[in-house]
Amino acid sequence: MTAIRLLVWKDLVLELRTKEILTAMAVFSMLVAVVFGFAFSPSPDDAVRLLPGMLWVTLVFAATMGLSRSFVLEREQECLEGLRLFPIDRSAIYIGKALANLVFLFAVEVLLLPALAAISGVSLLPRLFPLLAVLVLGTIGLVAVGTLFSAMSVHTRIREVLLPVLMLPLAAPVLISGTKAMQGLLAGRLWADVLPGIRILGAFDVIFGVIGYLVFEYVLEE
Amino acid sequence: MEANIPNTGSGRVRAIETDRVVKTFGPVRALRGVNLAVESGESLVIFGPNGAGKTTLLKIIATLSRPTSGTLRVFGSDPFADGRLRRTLGVVSHHSYLYGGLTAVENLVFAGRLYGVPDARARADALLATVGLAGRGHDLVRTFSRGMTQRLTIARALMHDPPILLLDEPYTGLDRHAAGMLTALLERLRGFRTVVMTTHSIEQGLALADRMAILVNGILAYQGTDGLHSAQAAERLYLDCVGGNGSIPREAQVPDTA
Repeated sequence: MTAIRLLVWKDLVLELRTKEILTAMAVFSMLVAVVFGFAFSPSPDDAVRLLPGMLWVTLVFAATMGLSRSFVLEREQECLEGLRLFPIDRSAIYIGKALANLVFLFAVEVLLLPALAAISGVSLLPRLFPLLAVLVLGTIGLVAVGTLFSAMSVHTRIREVLLPVLMLPLAAPVLISGTKAMQGLLAGRLWADVLPGIRILGAFDVIFGVIGYLVFEYVLEE
Repeated sequence: MEANIPNTGSGRVRAIETDRVVKTFGPVRALRGVNLAVESGESLVIFGPNGAGKTTLLKIIATLSRPTSGTLRVFGSDPFADGRLRRTLGVVSHHSYLYGGLTAVENLVFAGRLYGVPDARARADALLATVGLAGRGHDLVRTFSRGMTQRLTIARALMHDPPILLLDEPYTGLDRHAAGMLTALLERLRGFRTVVMTTHSIEQGLALADRMAILVNGILAYQGTDGLHSAQAAERLYLDCVGGNGSIPREAQVPDTA
């Protein structure tokens, strides 16, 4: 636990000092939200259907942007190699990175969710906590798979292209299930109707969290 | 550290042992069956031209790269199987492993805590003083010059007081004053630490060597103490091994013990 805490601390301090990842993700998300708002100009009925899709598409692209930067920072002075020298379980590096990425993405969501709600004129308050539960589960899934692929692509020359190509197909279940579950919640459907989507998100988190934990050591090998 | 530490019979413990280590990168054979044994407390300096395989060999000993074939033992155990053995290794490589966005103290404390150093802050302060950076502890590393960064890199490698130091051309980027400081530091550690150092500088290498090795084209062309008494003798030996065109005289090759 100490190792994971230190690794998260290091990433948060570096980000708070440079603000590179957060600024890029936040500005990108806000721009996309505004563009969506102008492009669709949704009516109140359409907004309930469109907002979840707008949210998840924006989040997936913002996550791709932030995740690719998180390992690029480690490439300076081959710090990833330096981390491999420590007598710690190398999977702790995966968990530390994933937790830091989770904090960054949650920070973006704190801005994005109210912005999209305001643009589309949808009130989130009546179902806020279920919506947040879906958002948290989906974000964990995106970060679990994205952190793994970010580490895999960091040593390639085409990492900016490779990460979305690898990540987007695998993130599709998060995108689809998260969108469907949120649409159901905003439309006021019963829990039983949205539960399958939430279960898929939960299963995705567990599967990719475990895979990331187990294979990360081999991903780091030269 | 609970590593199994065998005694070699001569009273000294074998710190590092490689057995027929081969490393290939696609069609390139970087190491071709390297047999190396370094006793505990011994300082081994490895000379060799660019591309000889020095960095590859140190990376394998540091567990950063797995050999294609052959085995590595650190204090008698396989460090790839027992990650705790990484605690015994301090590494100075071509890269600093330092975060430019953290201060010198933060970098050292971060490393110290991950190595399990009990009072990492006090140790960091002591090492900063040792490498002449006591007044710069709270400055971001990105503001450091190349030489200052290299000194901090050395402090980072010593944070956990490792019994084995792996130094890959540690004098790179150091001015004369800093190079003298590093030599004095390594001389203080001599006999108490196992040191494996690669360098292009015969003089700096000989100042610290109990034994020298010459690596050419992935083969340990020479290992012994013959050239240690003078820089000229070492240089002659080096040129004999490297040859005018980089070829290795057959008689200079260490026989394969397989």
